[in-house]
Amino acid sequence: MNAARYAIGIDLGTTHSALSYVETAKCEGEEVEQRILKIPQLTAAGSVEERPLLPSFLYLPHPDEHKQGDLTLPWGGDPTRVIGEHARRQGLTTPIRLVASAKSWLCHPDVDRKAPILPPEVPAEVPQLSPFEASMLYLTHLREAWNGAHPYDPLEEQEVTVTVPASFDPAARELTAEAAKAVGIEHLVLLEEPQAALYSWVNDSLGRWRHDVKVGDIILVVDVGGGTSDFSLIAVTEQAGALELTRVAVGEHILLGGDNMDLTLAHVVKQKLKKNGVELDRWQLQALTHGCRQAKEALLADAELASYPIVVPSRGAKLIGGSIRTELTHDEVTTTLINGFFPEVSVDERPAQRARGALTKVGLPFAQDPAVTRHLAAFLGKQAGATEDLEGFVEHAHWASFLHPTAVLFNGGVFNAQVLRDRVLQVLNQWLAGEDAPPARLLAAHDMDLAVARGAAFYAYARNHGGVRIRGGTSHSYYVGIERSMPAIPGMEPELHALCVVPFGLEEGSAPVVPPQEFGLVVGEPVRFRFFGSSVRREDQVGDLLEEWSEDELEEMEEIQTSLPADKLKRSEVVPVRLQAEVSEVGTLELTAIPTNVKADGEASDWKVSFNTRGSNSNGAGG
Amino acid sequence: MTDEKPSLWQRLQPLLQAVKRLSAAGWKLAMYWLGIAARALKRLAAAGWKLARYWLGIAARETWIVLKRLPIASYSFARAMVSADDAQRLTDFYINAASSPSSAKTPPAPAAVLQESGPDSALVLLSLLQKEGRFLDFLQEEVSGYSDQEVGAAARVVHDGCQRVLEDHLSIAPVRDEPEGTQVTLNKGFDPAAERPTGQVIGEPPFTGALVHRGWRALEVHLPRVASSRDVRILAPAEVEL
Repeated sequence: MNAARYAIGIDLGTTHSALSYVETAKCEGEEVEQRILKIPQLTAAGSVEERPLLPSFLYLPHPDEHKQGDLTLPWGGDPTRVIGEHARRQGLTTPIRLVASAKSWLCHPDVDRKAPILPPEVPAEVPQLSPFEASMLYLTHLREAWNGAHPYDPLEEQEVTVTVPASFDPAARELTAEAAKAVGIEHLVLLEEPQAALYSWVNDSLGRWRHDVKVGDIILVVDVGGGTSDFSLIAVTEQAGALELTRVAVGEHILLGGDNMDLTLAHVVKQKLKKNGVELDRWQLQALTHGCRQAKEALLADAELASYPIVVPSRGAKLIGGSIRTELTHDEVTTTLINGFFPEVSVDERPAQRARGALTKVGLPFAQDPAVTRHLAAFLGKQAGATEDLEGFVEHAHWASFLHPTAVLFNGGVFNAQVLRDRVLQVLNQWLAGEDAPPARLLAAHDMDLAVARGAAFYAYARNHGGVRIRGGTSHSYYVGIERSMPAIPGMEPELHALCVVPFGLEEGSAPVVPPQEFGLVVGEPVRFRFFGSSVRREDQVGDLLEEWSEDELEEMEEIQTSLPADKLKRSEVVPVRLQAEVSEVGTLELTAIPTNVKADGEASDWKVSFNTRGSNSNGAGG
Repeated sequence: MTDEKPSLWQRLQPLLQAVKRLSAAGWKLAMYWLGIAARALKRLAAAGWKLARYWLGIAARETWIVLKRLPIASYSFARAMVSADDAQRLTDFYINAASSPSSAKTPPAPAAVLQESGPDSALVLLSLLQKEGRFLDFLQEEVSGYSDQEVGAAARVVHDGCQRVLEDHLSIAPVRDEPEGTQVTLNKGFDPAAERPTGQVIGEPPFTGALVHRGWRALEVHLPRVASSRDVRILAPAEVEL
């Protein structure tokens, strides 16, 4: 087969998606020419425009809402699903028909990700989609947009990298890969977003990055997008005289981003108006949020500016008579944003956790503590020993209470504001100074909105044409829970042991690992395992059996399950199997149950163990 | 042979006439040149170098005017010899020119045709300005009853939204990059549509004057593609909240 002509990076974001590409024949070494695909999308009924960003919103219109043909795209398109700018706008006025943040739902452990649950809690008449379907539709839109512009080089035949948050669990990664395969992408690789941001930085430096970092550096990538925050640590190592990048740790999935900030400001202004007896309806609150975003950008960019006027336009045609005028002051932005989202905290502070009310409706598990810096402190504290096993690293001081990064790379639209970059760096450097460590340097990044897509395209290219690669493998070690057989004691749960099935840092494409322990599986019945992951236990080897562990080391994930079909074996026969783990070329984790007593006629086959994406409460949709 | 097409002989008749006229003109030109040359020689013989130089100069200039056409003449000759198509084209050109000797007297064709500007893109732009910047609401409202502050507050919405429309859909740049008030020069052949001289407009270019307004030029226009089903006359739909 001929090599693909283009290397493509797709940033499938929570609030925006983008596609960047490079023509491989035009690149040499680390000089890669990036281009962003202009994505045709509906911007109003009956009008199509090409924009570099595709808002990740999907609108399910009422059949009488638009004229026949007004929802036509250059490639036809499905008039019952509107994607992009028009969807976002329609959703402002008709939220019950809007699917938003599908990506956050895709890694929500408590719901069935393939069941039609979005938009959540709507009247029965409104059609619903699954988070998986929504992701697939965004990818389909991107595929059609690409194929329209490059009819002779369809997306299906190119090298494609799709980015996922570093904090995505194996199940969410698998769902993303499955969605990409379902739209026909054959040569697919998944890439973690903070890594993509770093690749974009490498790409922009045109090879000079080797002078900007040195062996022993630890780069902290802080990625705060519209809806999620993502942290990663990447160490600079050396292999046979050449610099290498190794991802050593990733943070937890934090649903906290720029949209929270705009909303918070809008509520501040709303309260101010309420004091003057002005009440806002939902539509006006949306307009106010929009105004606050602009005021925020202006106030953060210019420290001299004392206040910025905001006008909430009337909804009716009387613009002058019905508009509400107010303003946002510099102090309000500082107290709300900087002290609210980026407070100066000490490094041993941890995010506040509220116990969730028992009657909470099923919604997204938004972060309960808005302080990004506190989440960062928790991450660095947890990963204090992340570089212990790396060769060539200065022994980390044993008394250090957190991992000391030496450089910081910012990404995400929030950090377009210089003030916020400075703030995070300042807080981090305070922590470092407290432990007599040198301050961290800032790695200059460009174009924070498109960096992930660009980095992904660079990776898609570098992967096949030689070039720097970030190594890392799995970001967690994984365990299955085994109940120890013991006499039943009333009121006590049987003791649970954890068997390591995947070691930390298992790389894609490396030989599969099989722990020696055997399990007896019953044919014809679904078997479930409790499944655990750890982002800190780096030394555990395959087959290690943990008898005890501290609470925050191991995190229980969704169950994994398999079912042995009873076609050739007798039903309810017990078959001894071993669990084999492998990271596929795509970047997803694959578990397989392999029968140990392979018969001579070779009739026993392997069974895939799948991740449970159905949610822990079976009727999670609630309606 | 046929009535529709005159025979070659008939077609050539006017050409022969033209050749006759041409040779007459050529004869006249040659005589004129010879007259000047003869006068120059006569002066040279009679009054010496000083006066002869004047007539020699005229003779040389006339010669040069004719000789300047030599390249295009040789080129046409070569083209006609080399390419049958070109020869045919030249033949047609001479014949047609010769057969309609009064063509020079026909009124000059208008430099441009007045055409209707299609209403569609204007309406699409208007609806964009209304959607983003409430442009129509602003213009259609009676402003006299409101204070400047109220009008100003609404103007922010309009300014902010309409500016975004301009940024997204048009690339607009000043015609002249110099700051207003500086002295600028309009050279001969300037584009009067792009640069307009005002005030004491007399004499010949180059004109020099103060730049009063920098002008605006749309470098690019990228309006949305519009579905054939869309009624562009609806600038903003009526909204009904259910």
